[in-house]
Formats: sequence, C-alpha cells, structure tokens
Amino acid sequence: MLRYTLKRLVSLAISLAIASVVIFLAIEILPGDPAANMLGVNAQEDTLAALRDQLGLNGTPWERYSSWIGGMLTGDFGTSYTYRTPVAEMLGERLWISLPLALYALTMSTLIAFPAGIWAASKRGSVADVTVMGVTQIGVAIPNFWFAMLMVLVFAINLRWFSAGGFAGWDAGFFAAMKSLTLPAIALALPQASILARVMRSSLLDTLSEDFVRTARAKGLTRRQALWRHALRNALIPVLTIIGMQFSFLIAGAIIIENVFFLPGLGRMIFQAISSRDLIVVESAVMLLVFGVIVVNFAVEIAYALVDPRLRAR
Amino acid sequence: MADPRTNIRPKAVDWRLWRQVFASRSLAIGLVLTLIFAGAALISLVWAPYDITQMNIANKIKPPSGAHWLGTDHFGRDILSMIMVGARTSIAVAIVAVGIGMAAGVPLGLWAAARKGSLLDEVIMRANDLVFAFPSLLIAIMITATFGPSAINAIIAIGIFNIPVFARITRSGALTLWQRDFILAARVAGKGSARISVEHILPNVTNLLIVQGTIQFSLGILAEAGLSYVGLGAQPPTPSWGRMLADSQTMISFAPHMALFPGMAILLTVLGLNLMGDGLRDLFDPKLRRGRT
Repeated sequence: MLRYTLKRLVSLAISLAIASVVIFLAIEILPGDPAANMLGVNAQEDTLAALRDQLGLNGTPWERYSSWIGGMLTGDFGTSYTYRTPVAEMLGERLWISLPLALYALTMSTLIAFPAGIWAASKRGSVADVTVMGVTQIGVAIPNFWFAMLMVLVFAINLRWFSAGGFAGWDAGFFAAMKSLTLPAIALALPQASILARVMRSSLLDTLSEDFVRTARAKGLTRRQALWRHALRNALIPVLTIIGMQFSFLIAGAIIIENVFFLPGLGRMIFQAISSRDLIVVESAVMLLVFGVIVVNFAVEIAYALVDPRLRAR
Repeated sequence: MADPRTNIRPKAVDWRLWRQVFASRSLAIGLVLTLIFAGAALISLVWAPYDITQMNIANKIKPPSGAHWLGTDHFGRDILSMIMVGARTSIAVAIVAVGIGMAAGVPLGLWAAARKGSLLDEVIMRANDLVFAFPSLLIAIMITATFGPSAINAIIAIGIFNIPVFARITRSGALTLWQRDFILAARVAGKGSARISVEHILPNVTNLLIVQGTIQFSLGILAEAGLSYVGLGAQPPTPSWGRMLADSQTMISFAPHMALFPGMAILLTVLGLNLMGDGLRDLFDPKLRRGRT
C-alpha cells in the first residue's frame, strides 16, 4: 500500500508540474499588455515601464514562472492588476461561495442518485425502473443553464420563493446564504444526479448477477437482503470514482451557473478576470482549481485501493 | 438462387437490420429526433419560413401564433427560423469537434495499444489523464478568451477534449483485440504492428467509435450551447441556440417563449443523440442488451 501511495504521489507531483507549465504558457500567449490596460491609452512610456516592473512583467519567462510557483508554494498568489488586492484574499472570499456550492450540489446529487439508482436496479424492468431511466435520460440531456433559467422563471419570478440571483452573504446567516445557493445547486446537481443514478443502477445490476450474490441467495437470504448486505457495497466502487470525477464537472459547470445567478464565485471571477486581462488572477485561480481536481482524484484513487486490494498490485 | 440444404434465399435488402432498429425503442426515437434536427438544419440552407437577417421591430416579442409558430424575438425575428439556422451552427461545431477528437485520438490509441507498456504508451495515457484533470469548460473559456470568441475557436476548444476520450476508448478496445488469435495469425503472416492496427484492429473498434462518437457529438452540442451562452461561441449575426438563450434571459419574465423553444431544441437534439448512442450500443453488442446502463 505504501509503495502504491508513493507511486501515485509521484504521478500527482508530475501532473501538477505539467499543469502549472501549461497554464503559464496559455497565459503567456494571451494578447494584451496588462500595464497598458490599467493605465489607459494616454499613459507615458516610462510610467508603463515602471508599472510593468512593479507587476513583475519584466524578466525572462523562466524568472516569472519560478517567482509565480515559488509564491504559490508560500501562499503568495500575487496581486490583482485591476483590484490591487492580494489574489489569495480574493480567492479566499470567492472560495467561500464556490466550494459550499459544489459541496451542496454534490450532496444533493448523491442523495437523489443513490435511492433512485438502487430503486431502479432492484425493480429492474418495472414501471419504476423505466421512469427513473426516462427522467435521468432527460436530466443528462438538459442544458443546466437553461434549466436554471426555467427555475428562475418558476420559483423566483412567479412563485417568489427564491431571489432570482445574487448571494445573500454568510453574514446574513447560514440559512439565508444557503437559500441563495439552493437554485444554483439544483441546476448543477440535476445532470450529475442523472449520471450518478444511471451508474449506480448499472453497477448494482452487474454485481447482482455475480456468483457471490447467488451464493447469498442460496444460503437463504431474500433478494432484498442480498442486495443490501452484499451487492451494494461492491457496487459502490465505480460510483465513488464517478463522484470524484464529478467534483471537476461541478467546479467547471459552476462558471456558467454562477453567470446565470450572478453569484460572485470563483468561476465568475475567472471569467471577469479573463475579460479584463487580469492575468495573475486567472493563472492562480485556474491553478488552484486544477490542484483541487488532481488532489481529489488522487484521494479517490487511494480510497479505491484501500477498498479493493487488487488495484495495489498494478 | 436457393441453397438446397437450408432453403434460405439470399435477400437484396437486409430487412432484419431495419427490423432491429425499429424494435429498439430508444434507437427509433433517437433516430427520428436526430433526423428532425439534421433535416431542419439542411432545409435552412435553402429555405426558412422567414429571413432571419431581417429585423421587424413592429412585430417584436410576439408569442406563438399562426404566422410565427414559435413567436418572434426582441428584434421581431421568427424564432422557428432562428432555431433552424441555429441547428446548423450546433451541428457543424459538434461534427468538427468530434472529427478533431477522432483524427488525433484514434491513431494515438492504436499506437499506444500496439506498444502496450512502453514509455510511449505511458506518455500518451498520462497526457490523457492530465487533459481529463482540467475542468474542460474552464480551458475552453481560456482558449476562446486567448484567441478571441468565435465558432472556430469553440470547435478547437471542444475538439481538444475529445482527443483523450477517443484515444482511451480506442486503446482499451484495441488491447483486448491484440490478445485474439486472428491477430496472432496476422503476425505469423508477417504483418507489422502498424499494418495490423490499420487492417485488423481499426475495423473491429469501429462500433465502439460510432457509439462514443454519438455521445461526444451530444456533449459537443451542449458545450457549444454553454460557450455561446456566455458569449464565447458563435458571434452575431450567426444564430446559435446558446446565444438565443442568453438574449432571452433578461426578458424571461414577459417573453418566456423566447427562452423555452431554443432550450427545447438543445434538449431534444441531445436526447435524440443519446438515445441513438444507447440503441446503437445495444445493437452492436447484444451482451449489453436490455438497457444495463
């Protein structure tokens, strides 16, 4: 297990290093001079040069790359060109919206998908199964930002249960804040829940046809007991992988959903930073997201190996 | 000419295949939905109910009526015509994006499988993992922001993320094939691994690729709609479903029809493609039949 963990750790470090280079290079080729952008068209050449120097835009690409990475490792994410505030501070603020939103959506999707998938698998071929499969088929196909717009129309404009957008802030209290995240979380969770329910169902059906389930039935367990005691635990492995992968979908999907609901989250910040050429913000925020995704996938792989010893041998 | 032993006459048309197609509900529904939207896109090349470049302010934001079946938008343009022309954008973007993914991903997958366990295989698969680790939409947004928002850049951005998908599925399909006896026979006959990959492996993974292609096609349509919605896809005056939705957002309270129909178009197209993908997989691989997934 230690060997396996070390191997995965090395691969994690390599992935992170390559990811940082790719992000850095992508930002390098972004057109536009941030200094000129900040000072406007009438700026003096020497003022521009001074500002470039201050922003650390001079120097070789290698120098800039190493100072960026060195800063990130010590918690210094640079200073935003447009807001003149430390990027780390901005990220921290936005993270308090995006992270709860992703977790809220993930919880919601799991709470919907597990019962739906188990129900459909245990009643395979029945009306319940066909209904769950039909609904999830639509859930996968629906563009989530359109679903979000329809929810705004029904629940915010017509019924007035929720506000149409914006974030109440954590100062307004836990429930007020969660309430303003509820419609976005539903919009994010719906497609994920549909995928998860389908994976849960097919995985459970696969395990139910395994020999050990037949053995369990043969020793006198009912179909239901065999499902809950033996099949379910074994069916969970692929489901866990999908949950890990969904984290990255939730973060990325949030960019569009945050735009629908005017939520000041991480995705919306990246989007705005790209349009205002606030490159240091884009760089650090994207790196943080990719870091999050890679670490979550690493954690899933380790958890996977803990559950299934066969994987460690590979 | 009848075979005297079995008394089976060869048929000109293999009706069994078509019977199978229509016996599978999802394949039939998926095929019909896909054909409707592909047909609408094709018809719009020569004819649409109204000219969508023509504004008609006097007639703006009208709910569905006899003259405008799906109503008009804030410029008085006919929404049905816009959806028909918009189908062209969505389908074109998705087709080219799948094409990019296949053109680069399939050779990579074949190559990796032929040199299984080698450094090359390792590099290709790790690179794949890396692309998977990036939230794809985020990178698509970065690419379109770097090179300017346009349909072409949206295609490239979506296409790049199709490459590892096709590389992976080709590799895994090819790996099982390499274990088979007929490949050994080809080897004995003196064929090199490149020739075996093209002549024997590729034809046998085509079914896998068609099914995956349908799925990536539908994901491409969703991605294009998302990018256009945030303003990074096709630019005006090219109509696209995503931008129609973005335009309708501020007017949703008094003109819900403007948001309803383009969204329905996306939903039904993607649904059709997904159902078709499921149906094709069942058709190609009877072992998976009866809707496992």
